[in-house]
Amino acid sequence: MILLVGVRAFIDDKAGVYLELRKEIDELLARNSWRAAYCRLGDLWRQEPGQVAAAFVVSRCEKLRGQISLTPFRLAILRSFTVEPLISLLRAVAFLSGIDLQVHLGDFNAYPQEILDRNSLLYQFSPDVVILAAQACDVAPDLWNGFADLSSEEAAAAAQRVVNNYRQWARAFREHSQASLIVHALEQPSVPSLGVLDAQSPLHQRAAFEQINQQLLTIGTELRGVFLLDYDSLVARHGRIRWRDQRKWLTARMPIAADHLIHLAHEWLRFLVPLSGRTAKALVVDLDNTLWGGVIGEDCMTGIKLGAEYPGASYQALQRAMLDFARKGILLAICSKNNPEDALEALEHHPAMLLRPQHFAAMRINWNDKAQNLHEIAAELNIGIDSLAFLDDNPVERENVRATVPEVTVIDLPNDPTDYAAALRDCPVFERLTLSPEDQDRTALYAAERERSHAEQTLTSKEDFFRFLEQEAEVALVVPPTFARVSQLTQKTNQFNLTTRRYTEQQIADIAAEPVAQVSSIRVRDRYGDHGLVGVAITRDRGEDCEIDTFLLSCRVLGRTVESALLAHLAEQARARGRRRLLGCFLPTRKNAPARNFYSQHGFELQSQNGDGSLWVLDLHQVTVSPPAWIKMNIANGGKN
Amino acid sequence: MSPGVFEQVRSIAADLFAVPNHRLTAESSPETLEAWDSTQHLILVLALEERFGFQLYPEEIEQMHNLGDVARVVDAKLHAAKS
Repeated sequence: MILLVGVRAFIDDKAGVYLELRKEIDELLARNSWRAAYCRLGDLWRQEPGQVAAAFVVSRCEKLRGQISLTPFRLAILRSFTVEPLISLLRAVAFLSGIDLQVHLGDFNAYPQEILDRNSLLYQFSPDVVILAAQACDVAPDLWNGFADLSSEEAAAAAQRVVNNYRQWARAFREHSQASLIVHALEQPSVPSLGVLDAQSPLHQRAAFEQINQQLLTIGTELRGVFLLDYDSLVARHGRIRWRDQRKWLTARMPIAADHLIHLAHEWLRFLVPLSGRTAKALVVDLDNTLWGGVIGEDCMTGIKLGAEYPGASYQALQRAMLDFARKGILLAICSKNNPEDALEALEHHPAMLLRPQHFAAMRINWNDKAQNLHEIAAELNIGIDSLAFLDDNPVERENVRATVPEVTVIDLPNDPTDYAAALRDCPVFERLTLSPEDQDRTALYAAERERSHAEQTLTSKEDFFRFLEQEAEVALVVPPTFARVSQLTQKTNQFNLTTRRYTEQQIADIAAEPVAQVSSIRVRDRYGDHGLVGVAITRDRGEDCEIDTFLLSCRVLGRTVESALLAHLAEQARARGRRRLLGCFLPTRKNAPARNFYSQHGFELQSQNGDGSLWVLDLHQVTVSPPAWIKMNIANGGKN
Repeated sequence: MSPGVFEQVRSIAADLFAVPNHRLTAESSPETLEAWDSTQHLILVLALEERFGFQLYPEEIEQMHNLGDVARVVDAKLHAAKS
């Protein structure tokens, strides 16, 4: 690999590199080297992102379907302008983020009918996510073009009409579909109709659009799974005057200049990555020349570059971006080739460090291979290796990780450290669309976990340890404030998950409303702190049976018998409702081996088995599931009958 | 026409229309090529703008009846930018 990088450096002609890469990719595909071909497609895209590369990437990625792990995802776009040239750009960046996108396009300006008619092609397509991309000039033509003609009352009424339309569309959509909805907020005109006078009154044009956007935000908070895309900020970020191509708007209804289409595709991707679950749960960083400038082992505490002024400010900005990630529940970890004493001294005592040892959930500061360290970090954090993202200034280390641990998301850093923070913030794998209290405390929980596993090693018997933990569990039926967290657990839990059924917030709400269904959640607290809501069970009564649809537990509390406590509760409740048998399926996946023996360990009999999984049954009259004595159970509300 | 311009245009079109290079000639046009529909025409225009860093006027786009025309428009545009 290193040799290959060296060879490439000799081909200084950009077009030459591009052609070389194309050839290499087709050769790799011909040899069935799927993973390597996929990596090189990423290189090719970074070399020259655009329409031509997108067509190539999409055509080659279609051959990778079934060969590498790609998440199929269905996207519908409702629009008031030409979006066709965006589709292959979007599919290319989605493919390279592990998402195999199928796209349905609505007709021009037909979105109101498409949303309101429950039999429309939109709903027949059964999308996972829908983007409503309507332009300000189309949804609010009177405010966009004729603003100067309007009295302030007329302008306010026009703005209210726009908001009412959106509210009606969003509500109808929520009734007809369980998909997520991403709504483009409105952009501002580049020059307001009254010129500088516009800024002198809160009733003028700019303010009218701001008010509409404020209200669109409230629609997003009223309805589950409805999110706002701040289109005006996107346009402003890339330069309003250059963003728009008025000639193509007038001749082809295509308002965005050729070289900015990619930015809209990228913005869409920032929503698609969290919605499809292709996010990174942990960010693993290098130290020297990444968290600070220079090499700690050579430059020492006084020599490394880190502080509020140039050049140290670039590294502080990167640390600030990482802190912001930690606040969103993303775990931080260190993987660095260093003497641990040198590195820890800087981490603990350098006055300009924003990040301290307690911000990191795992550390590997040694001289081992980084690939091996990454595997160890994933194991220590109890997350899949594909949930790691890797940040390192050294292109050779990056290439090495790409080649040897292809599941890890490798972040490309620009050459200039001043651009590091922006590059990191730009990565869609760190986007989140909702935030639970558990997300915000996650780093502290992992720090406590380190202490806990230390305690586990010093206590002799498992039971002693369980008693020492002083666990308390609270089981409750799901209520609207916990829909988001319950849905999130079904989406993200892979290991202790018996059926791995993914549910959106809306689906959880629907199931909870079924008269025969019970959606239970469990919170756990122990002597080290509150773990929050960590487990979900969904059951349905059918005749004399109670069927377990979903049973899962976050890896955070695995191996402490909380699962037995939850199962005992389900059995008890089913018996109280007059059921005779408790039924449960185990559907094996690549990751849920920890749950394989769960039913047999708790007295269930194997009823049947096929290639998809096994069905287990417990006779409630014959067998009792006893709750572990060391967990104090609180039942927040009884079963509904 | 400057040497290489037609080849560059041809390789862009080949990728976008998903046809091998050698199947495209100066006479290839929306009439002779099924993949070259109005959407692909717009995408070709955008790809040229992206690659060569200019913006094409509606009048110039109207002159692009076949691949030879496309190359001629691109060539003229590149010359205009130099002078």
